[in-house]
Amino acid sequence: MMRILSVLLVLFAVQARAETMRLAVTTSFHNSGLSEVLLPAVRRDTGIEVQLLIVGTGQALRLGRAGDVDAILVHSKAAELEFVAQGFGTHRREIMYNDFVFVGPADDPAALAGAADAQDALRRIAAVRAAFVSRGDDSGTHRKEVSLWAAAGLDPQRFGAWYKAVGAGMGASLNTASGLEAYILADRASWLNFRNKGTLALLFAGDPVLFNQYAYLPVNPARHSHVRAAAARRLEAWLTSAAARDLINGYAIGQEQLFVFNADGTQD
Amino acid sequence: MNEIWAGVVAAFGLIVSLDGDLVEITLRSLQVSLSALFIASALALPFGTWLAIRRFRFRRATIATLNALMGLPPVVVGLIVYLLLSRSGPFGVLGLLFTPTAMIIAQVIIITPLIASITHQAMRELWAEYHDLLISLNTTNRQRIATLLWDGRRTLLTAALAGFGRAIGEVGAIMIVGGNIDHATRVLTTAIALETGKGDFALALGLGFVLIALALLVNFAIHALSRTEREGRW
Repeated sequence: MMRILSVLLVLFAVQARAETMRLAVTTSFHNSGLSEVLLPAVRRDTGIEVQLLIVGTGQALRLGRAGDVDAILVHSKAAELEFVAQGFGTHRREIMYNDFVFVGPADDPAALAGAADAQDALRRIAAVRAAFVSRGDDSGTHRKEVSLWAAAGLDPQRFGAWYKAVGAGMGASLNTASGLEAYILADRASWLNFRNKGTLALLFAGDPVLFNQYAYLPVNPARHSHVRAAAARRLEAWLTSAAARDLINGYAIGQEQLFVFNADGTQD
Repeated sequence: MNEIWAGVVAAFGLIVSLDGDLVEITLRSLQVSLSALFIASALALPFGTWLAIRRFRFRRATIATLNALMGLPPVVVGLIVYLLLSRSGPFGVLGLLFTPTAMIIAQVIIITPLIASITHQAMRELWAEYHDLLISLNTTNRQRIATLLWDGRRTLLTAALAGFGRAIGEVGAIMIVGGNIDHATRVLTTAIALETGKGDFALALGLGFVLIALALLVNFAIHALSRTEREGRW
C-alpha cells in the first residue's frame, strides 16, 4: 500500500506555474503551426503562459459565452459581432488574415483549376456531383463554405451522397478528403502544414471572397468576474504589436507566407 | 504498411531520446488514470462486494443498471461533466474545468461501474463459498466485506486493471473536460487525436505505441508489487 501511495505522491508533485490565461482558438489557427511560433514569444515578452483550447469557432464562442476561457481568437465575423453585441465580449480586434483554398484530387474531374471565381468553382463541383467533404461542424471554415454555397445559389441540404458533412476539425476533414479523393475547402495554412496529402492538390485560390480574417475577442469581465481580464489585455497589446507583426508576416512554410498581419494602430 | 513502420520508428525515436514533451504527457496520463483508478476502486470494490452479500428489494435492478453502466459512452460523460463544471454550470465556481482534476472526475464516473460490476461477479461466487462460515462466526457486514475483499484480492486486481485499461485508453471524455491544453491537460490519447488531425500519422502512431507499452508496463508493475503468480502462493 505504501508503495502505491508513494508512486501517487511522486505523480502529484506540483510544479510552479507562471501567470496563465486560457485562449480558445480555431483548429485552423493551431494546425497552421503559427501558435507554436507565437506562444513562446508571448511567454518571453509578457510572462503570460497562454493555454490554448483548440476547437471550432462555434465551440470557441460557446466557451467564451460560458466564461470558460478568458479570450477567443476566431474567424467568423457575423458570429463575432453578435458575440460582442450580446455583451459576451468587450470588443473585437482584427489581428491578421489568411485565405481559404479549394483542394481536390490532382486529376480534377470538376475542372476547378479553370474556375473564374469561388462561386463558379462550387457550381462546377455541383455540376459533376464530384465528392465534396464539408467540415459540417459549425466552425468558421464551415460557415464560410455554407455562405459560399448560398452565394452560388445552391443549397447543400438538397445535395446527394456526394456532399459529405463529416462534422470534424480541419485536419480530420482533410484526412477524409484525402482518403475519398474528394474536394474540400480548407484554409491555406492548414493545407500547407497537412502531412497526409495523398493525391490531393491545391486547385483554386485567390478570390477576395476567400479571405479569412482572424479577430481577437476578450471575454467581458462584467459578465464573468473570474475572467483574467488584465492578462487578456496584455495579450491583445502584444498580438497587435510590432513584434507580433514581424513574427506573423515572417511565418512561412516552404517560402510561402501564410498570414498577413492587419491590426490597426501598431507602432514600431 | 509504410506508415506503420514509420510509426514504429517514431515511437522508438521518442523513447530513446526521452523527448521532454513525451515524458510530460506520459506522466500526466499516468497521473490522471491512476488517480481515477484509485478513487474508483475505493468506491467500487466495497460497493460491488456489499452488493454480493446483501439482499434488498431493488438488488436485481441495481445489478442490471450497474451492468448497463459498464457501457457508459465516454463522450456523454464528458459532456455532462463539462456542463456541470462549466463556469455557467452548478459547480462553475470551483474553476475545475480544463484541469487534470476534471479529467479524473470524468474517468472515475466511467470506470466505477465497470470495476463494481466485475467485483460483484467475482464476489458472488466467493460469498457462496464463505457464506456458512462467516454467518456461523456471527460476523458483522463490515467484517464480511473486509474478509471477502482480502481473500478475493487476486480477482479484484483483474477488476482494477480492467478499469485502468478503460481509463488510460479513453479519449472522448477527457478531450471535452480537459481541453487538450499543451503543458496543462494534454495526455497521450488526446495528443494522438491531435496529431491524427494534423495528418502526422507517424507521430500519432508512435505515441500510440508508447501508450500500449505504458499499459503493459503498469500491468506488470502492479503484478510485481502485489506479488501474484509467485511460487508458493496462488
